[in-house]
Amino acid sequence: MDFSYSEEQQMLQDSVSKFISTEYDWDSRQAIAKSETGFSADHWQLFAELGWLTVPFKEDDGGFGGSAVDLIVTMEEFGKGLLVEPFLANTILAGTLIAEAGSSEQKTELLTPLMEGNVQLAFAYAEPQSRYELANIQCSAVINGDEIVLNGHKAVVLNGAAAEKILVSVRTSGDACDREGVSLLWVDANSAGIRRESYASVDGQRAADIWFDNVTLPTSNLLGDVGEAIDVIEMTIDRAALAICAEAVGAMQMSLFKTVEYSKIRKQFNTTLSTFQALQHRMANMFIEVEQAKSILLMAAMEMDRLDGKAPKALSAAKSRIGKAARLVGEESIQIHGGIGVTDELDVGHYFKRLTAIQFSFGSTDYHTARFAAS
Amino acid sequence: MNIDFSADELAFQQEVSTFLAEEFPEEIRNKTANSIELGKDDYVNWQKILAKKGWAATNWPVEHGGTGWTPTQKYIFGNECAKAGAPEVMAFGLKMVAPVIYIYGNEEQKQRFLPDILASNVWWCQGYSEPNAGSDLASLKTTAVREGDEYVVNGTKTWTTLGQHADWIFCLVRTGAADVKNQNAISFLLIDMKTPGINVSPIYLLDGSPEVNEVHFDNVRVPAENLIGEEGKGWTYAKVLLTHERTNIAGVTDSKNRLKDLKEKAAKTSDGMPGSHSMLSDNHAWQQKVAELEIELLALEYTELKTLAAVSTGKAPGPESSILKIKGTEIQQTIDILNVEMAGYYGLPFVRDQFMDGFDGVPIGPDQAAASAPIYFNNRKATIYGGSNEIQTNIICKAVLGL
Repeated sequence: MDFSYSEEQQMLQDSVSKFISTEYDWDSRQAIAKSETGFSADHWQLFAELGWLTVPFKEDDGGFGGSAVDLIVTMEEFGKGLLVEPFLANTILAGTLIAEAGSSEQKTELLTPLMEGNVQLAFAYAEPQSRYELANIQCSAVINGDEIVLNGHKAVVLNGAAAEKILVSVRTSGDACDREGVSLLWVDANSAGIRRESYASVDGQRAADIWFDNVTLPTSNLLGDVGEAIDVIEMTIDRAALAICAEAVGAMQMSLFKTVEYSKIRKQFNTTLSTFQALQHRMANMFIEVEQAKSILLMAAMEMDRLDGKAPKALSAAKSRIGKAARLVGEESIQIHGGIGVTDELDVGHYFKRLTAIQFSFGSTDYHTARFAAS
Repeated sequence: MNIDFSADELAFQQEVSTFLAEEFPEEIRNKTANSIELGKDDYVNWQKILAKKGWAATNWPVEHGGTGWTPTQKYIFGNECAKAGAPEVMAFGLKMVAPVIYIYGNEEQKQRFLPDILASNVWWCQGYSEPNAGSDLASLKTTAVREGDEYVVNGTKTWTTLGQHADWIFCLVRTGAADVKNQNAISFLLIDMKTPGINVSPIYLLDGSPEVNEVHFDNVRVPAENLIGEEGKGWTYAKVLLTHERTNIAGVTDSKNRLKDLKEKAAKTSDGMPGSHSMLSDNHAWQQKVAELEIELLALEYTELKTLAAVSTGKAPGPESSILKIKGTEIQQTIDILNVEMAGYYGLPFVRDQFMDGFDGVPIGPDQAAASAPIYFNNRKATIYGGSNEIQTNIICKAVLGL
């Protein structure tokens, strides 16, 4: 048994941590979040140069190694800085699908530029009626010879506005919710028949709803076998869920730290808040939640790296438990701050917003509790 | 003891329901149904309709233009309004400053202020909290120094809800010398917002709304006749007002309305579990949470009725109203998070414009899904304002349990 990071993982953590603490102070983060694109192109280039965009990929694909532990090391530090750059949408969602389902030509065409920071990608999977059921797909792709015609509406696509190429889960056969008949393809975002409504999300990131109206594309844009994509999609969403669990752990540590520090400064009734036992106990509970979250995150990452088929259940345990912790830590950090906590000005409210978004992405807390029970 | 309405009460219920059907403006009903933020005009307009009917001041004594209703009538009225989607009246004038004026004000002040409050001619806001006086309200620092027949006011008030619309502000100010014990140095002063030296600056909340403000007073000269009661008694008056605020804060009728809406929407929302093909309303974990919430709300409804009944026998709402504040806000916040949960991915888009009057773009997500997270974020304030829930717990410890 060994809970320590490898030398490479330690260096990766140091490098991300240094970036967050020196380049990603609160004012800079807010300026980036409020900019037109919602992320910094310069930072993105820097991530490419530092090799961070290769973290989720195997060495064979030109990546850092692609272990789940590598992923959580990176995401935990990003969570501390509330990073808004679309790392998750590009590398973990789109990137994992390409690495797992793409042909070598597709990897050259899509994955290499992704790792070099030269293309923006997104994965469109959710639909207005689907909630968290990944096979609940009404978006249809009709294959006619060597041409595909795509129709449908995808909901809340992360990085959907900036994406130049969009991976889409589609139904090529069967009924809505059938596991068979789900296919994966990619489409140029500027193709005729694509309409995007983009918006900021509540946590300061960017997303879009995307409509496909008789969009035509060549069958060479299919990734993997026709009708067989559900397994790779589920695996990818689970990896994304693990990534945001790690992000939540980073964000919760900062929420706790900031709350404890504030309680030592804020005076009411001629003393600091930190002297009230009722509040001390609540901060101690927040600490316990953070530690439980860290532990179950490690468990899930290590299970995922064992590749023995137990990963989905382990991931569900982590997402459920971390979702519960994220709610408590987020809400308590606001309550203990008091009025200043609900203002847009203070960072603690933004950690709370991200922690909330995490609870309801890639399967809610209840969803994963039920999936844990059923598996 | 029984919970059935008498024949008179049933007739009253019919009268209220008919009035709402005929007089409650369709425009406001549509806004509320679509989570569109109500503007100042909507509140003023609705209160004027109520005032015309004589139903604006349900908490005032008849002699000042109140309804003189029994607790049961108030309960019926609140319920019918909630059912019709009618908003509660703005509390600052009718429910907060008015009781202080009619209990502690002089005749001239009653004549001068109460009719305009009743008729919704004047918009009031509250000047209590300060940047360094939140839960510890008595440590407030805004000073009012007597000069001839004026007070000169200096300081900063904060969390002033909708202060940007206000014509008048009621303030707690320090009139005593620096060495006077906090609570004996506080006075209750009414200030015209148009007075030179007042500056209002917005504070943006987590949902992006400029709902609250900082109000700065820089040598603001206020006629001494605007002082309510005696100098140094402001804290006593404010405590009366705060207990009124706390009964309003429970929001039982609003929560009942929102719970009904939540259940209706859950029956139209997929539960999103793999292969289940069922609606959220059929999901066991969801049902459990909604049922627990509904049961808690039912208990709170009867706690509120009990409190109202006690008030009607002449008792001022006591520390029991702290229960209403604590449980009422917890229930509101549980409904908030359940709405976010129901929205799923459509809880993520931050599309504030979509919920503004006159929006004509492409709406994102079904119904009011995209309003859910901003409402959840914004309403974290509920357990903080009006005396935070921690302060309410302290009140129960001290005043009820004698700890």
